[in-house]
Amino acid sequence: MRTFVPQLVQRGREPRWLAPLLVVVAVALVYVATAAPIRAAGANPAAAYERYVFTPLTSTSSLTEVLLAATPILFTGLAVAVAFRSGYYNIGAEGQFLAGAVGASFAGLYLPDLPGPLAVPVALLLGAAAGVAWALLPALLRVNFRIDEVVTTLLLNPVALLGVQGLLNGPWRNTGSGFPVTDDFGAGYEMPPAAPGARVHLGLVIAVVIAVVIWVVLARTATGLRVRAVGLSPAAAGFSGVGVNRVLFGSALVSGGIAGLGGASQVLGVGQQLTNEVSGGYGYTGIVVATLGALSAVGVVLVALLLGDITVGAQNASLVLQLPPQMGDIIAASLLLAVVSVLVLRRYKFRLRPGRFTGEQAS
Amino acid sequence: MHALLGENGAGKTTLMRILYGLSRPDSGTISIGGEPVRITSPADAITHGIGMVTQHFSLVGPMTVTDNVLLAGAGVGRLDRRNGRRLVVEAAERIGVGIDPDARVDRLSVGEQQRVEILKALSRDCRVLILDEPTAVLVPQDIESLFRSIRRLTDAGMGVLFISHKLREVTTISDRVSVLRRGRIVDTVATRGASIPQLAELMVGRRTVGVRRSDRQTMHDTDLDAARSIDEPDLEVDALDVPVDRPILSIRGLRLAGPSRNALDGIELTVNPGEIVGVAGVSGNGQTELVQVLSGVRHPDAGTIEVNQTDITGAAAADVIAAGLGRITEDRHACVVPHLTVEQNLVLEDLHRFRRGPFLDKRAIRAHASELIERFSIKAKPEDPVATLSGGNTQKVLLGRALSRDPLALVVSQPTRGLDVGAAEFVHTQLIARRAAGAGVLLISEDLEELLALADRIVVIYEGRLVGELPVADATPERLGLLMAGEAAA
Repeated sequence: MRTFVPQLVQRGREPRWLAPLLVVVAVALVYVATAAPIRAAGANPAAAYERYVFTPLTSTSSLTEVLLAATPILFTGLAVAVAFRSGYYNIGAEGQFLAGAVGASFAGLYLPDLPGPLAVPVALLLGAAAGVAWALLPALLRVNFRIDEVVTTLLLNPVALLGVQGLLNGPWRNTGSGFPVTDDFGAGYEMPPAAPGARVHLGLVIAVVIAVVIWVVLARTATGLRVRAVGLSPAAAGFSGVGVNRVLFGSALVSGGIAGLGGASQVLGVGQQLTNEVSGGYGYTGIVVATLGALSAVGVVLVALLLGDITVGAQNASLVLQLPPQMGDIIAASLLLAVVSVLVLRRYKFRLRPGRFTGEQAS
Repeated sequence: MHALLGENGAGKTTLMRILYGLSRPDSGTISIGGEPVRITSPADAITHGIGMVTQHFSLVGPMTVTDNVLLAGAGVGRLDRRNGRRLVVEAAERIGVGIDPDARVDRLSVGEQQRVEILKALSRDCRVLILDEPTAVLVPQDIESLFRSIRRLTDAGMGVLFISHKLREVTTISDRVSVLRRGRIVDTVATRGASIPQLAELMVGRRTVGVRRSDRQTMHDTDLDAARSIDEPDLEVDALDVPVDRPILSIRGLRLAGPSRNALDGIELTVNPGEIVGVAGVSGNGQTELVQVLSGVRHPDAGTIEVNQTDITGAAAADVIAAGLGRITEDRHACVVPHLTVEQNLVLEDLHRFRRGPFLDKRAIRAHASELIERFSIKAKPEDPVATLSGGNTQKVLLGRALSRDPLALVVSQPTRGLDVGAAEFVHTQLIARRAAGAGVLLISEDLEELLALADRIVVIYEGRLVGELPVADATPERLGLLMAGEAAA
C-alpha cells in the first residue's frame, strides 16, 4: 500500500491571499476551542458568539459603546505599533498612558477656569508631553547605553500606577468625598463629542487621524522607509547611512506621546476625573492590538474595533446569558495566540508526499 | 577521493545537510556499503560512519584537544582522559600530523583547529569523511598539509567527499569529480581526464571568459578591453573628476581595540586614483574590522581616514557615503535590508535625493531601480524583496547602489565570495572599469587568485597589522602565504 506523509515545506514567496485566509482559519480554531468552556458555563456557543460579535453592532447605542471601548486601545495599539515597527520594543504604553492621564488631570485640576476651546487642547498637549517624558528615560538608556528597553519600559509601568495611586491618596484625594479619586475637572475639560449629540468623543477622531498619519508616513515618506529599514535590519540600515539611534529614539518618543495622548483623551472623555481605574490594562491590550494588527495602521484600527466589539459583547453576554465577564478576555487572548501561531504557517507550503523508501519496505 | 563541485546555490550544502541528517530528503535513498540507510539526525549519520567537517567549527575554545575529541563521543560516567589522549595521538598519526592533545583549542591556529575537527570525526570511526569547503579558511601552506592528510586517509581506504567551488583544488586532490548544477549532478568525471575550463563549463552550463591579467604589469587598457570583450551591457564609466597627484584614500595610524589584542594596530595605507590595492590575509586578522571602520559603522580608537582629503574618521555612515566612498562588505545581509524591495534598498543610501515635497518620489525610485537593474543585469523586478534574490543578484544590488553614486574611492570586501563564476566575473569587470575611470579601490579578499588578477599592489594583513606590501608583479601565492601566516617580512 502506498502511504502518504503530510509535510510542511518552506515557500519562497507567500501569495497575497494566504495571510487573510490563515486569519480566518485562526478565528475558526478559536471558535472550536472556546465552544467547550462556553457550553460548560451553560450557554450555547453559537448564541454566545452572536452576543459577542454581532449583537453590539445592531443598535446605535451599543455601537457607540463599541467605539468608546475601542478608543483607548486604538491609541495604545498605534503607540505600540509605531515603536515595534522600528524595532524598539516599547512594553511601557501602560505607564505612558497613565502618565498622559496624569498630565491632562494636572491641567484639569490646576487650571480649572480655562475656557473650553483652550482647555482640551492644553490638557491633551500636557498628556502627550507627559507620555513622552515617561518614555524618555528608557529611550535614553537604550540609545546611549544599549540597555534593553523591554525591561525598562515594562518596569516603569507599575511605577506609573503607584504614582497615580500616590497622587490619589495624597494631594489629589477628592476634597468632597475623601475617596481616592480627583475632584471633577473644570467645566471646559469635557471632550467634545465626535459628532453632535454622540457619546463617542473627539478622542476617537484624533486616534483615527493619527492612524492615517502613521500610515502615510510609513508608506510614503523617507522617514517611514528609514523606520521600516531600522526595524527590519538595524545593521543594514546603519550601513546605508540611516541614523539608527535617531530613528529608535524618535519612534520611542512618538510612541510614548501617542500613548500619553490616549491617557489624556480617556480621562477627558470619560468622567472628567482621574481614578485608579483610568487605564485598566489598555497599554498591555495595545500590544495585543498592535501584534494582531500586524503593526500596520489599518490592521490596528480593525483589531481595536474588533476587541471593542468583543468587550461590549462580553458585557452583554454576561447579562443575558449569565456567562462570566472574563469570557470576553479569554476569547481575545485565544484569538491572539491562534493568529500569531497560525501566521507562522505563512512561510510554509503544505503537501502530501509519498511514503519513504523504508516505510514502503515495511508495509 | 570524490569531489563535489558546484556554484553556490547549486545544492552542495543541501546535499551535505541531507547526508549528515540535518535536512530530510523528499525522496530517494542513501546507501552506505551497498545498504540503504535512513539518516534523520546527525546522530544517525555518526552511527553509520559519516563524519563531517564544516566551515564553521564546532569546537569548545577553552577546552583541550582531548576534551573536544572526547566530547564528540562522550557517553555517561567518568571521562577517561588517558584513553582519550591515546585516541587523539593515534588519530593524528593516521593523518600524519603532530598535535598536542593537551593544548587549548582556542590557542591553536585555524589550520590546527580544522585538524581537531578531523580528529573528532576519526575518533568516531567514520568510514566516509565529508569536508565542506575545507580550504576557505586556510593559508596555502595549511592547504598543502590538509591535502597530504586527506591522501593518507584515502590511501588507507577511507572515502572522502570534498565539497568545493574552487576548480584548481578539486583538480589537484580528487580522483573523481561530480559537478552539481541546480540540484542535479550534471556529470561525474575522472579528474585525470578533466581540464579546468571543461569543469567550469559544466559548473555554470556555459563557456566562461575569465578576466585574466594578460601581463603581470599594470595595464588598465588591456584589462578594460578584456572586460569589454565580455558581453555585458553599459560598462562605460565616465572618467571621474579626481585629482591624480595625491591619494584618494589615505589611512594613517588606524587602531581599533579588540577583545584581547588590538583588532587593528597602526594601519598605514594609501590608495591612489586609478589603482586597485589588494588586502590579503587569512580571515579574522582584522579585515572585517578594517572594513567596518572604513564604512563608518565602527569608530576607530586612533588614526585618521581621509577620502579625497575629507576627514571621515569616526564619521557616520551617511557622511562617509557623502565624502565619496563606496562600500561593499563581506556580509551582504548587513548591507541590504532583505525584507525591503530592490528599489527601496537601492535608494536607502541617499533618500533625500528621491523626495517630492514631504513624500518619497515613487516614480523616480522606480526609474532609478529600473536603470540599475538594466545596467547591472540584476535578475529581479524593482518591487521584489531582496530576500528573494540569489547571492549573486543581491551582490549586484549592492554593487549597483555603491557605484550609482560614482564613488571616488571604493572599499570592497570579499566581493565574489559565494558567487558563481558568471557573477564573479561581472563584479570583477565592474571594479576594473572603475579603476579605469580613475577611482581608487581597496579590495579585501581571501581569494588570492582574485587579488592577483585584479590588484596593482597587494598588502598583507596579519593580526591587525600590515606585514608586507608587494607589487603584483612580485607577488606569488607562496610569498603571500608566508606573509599571511605571519612567518616572514616582505
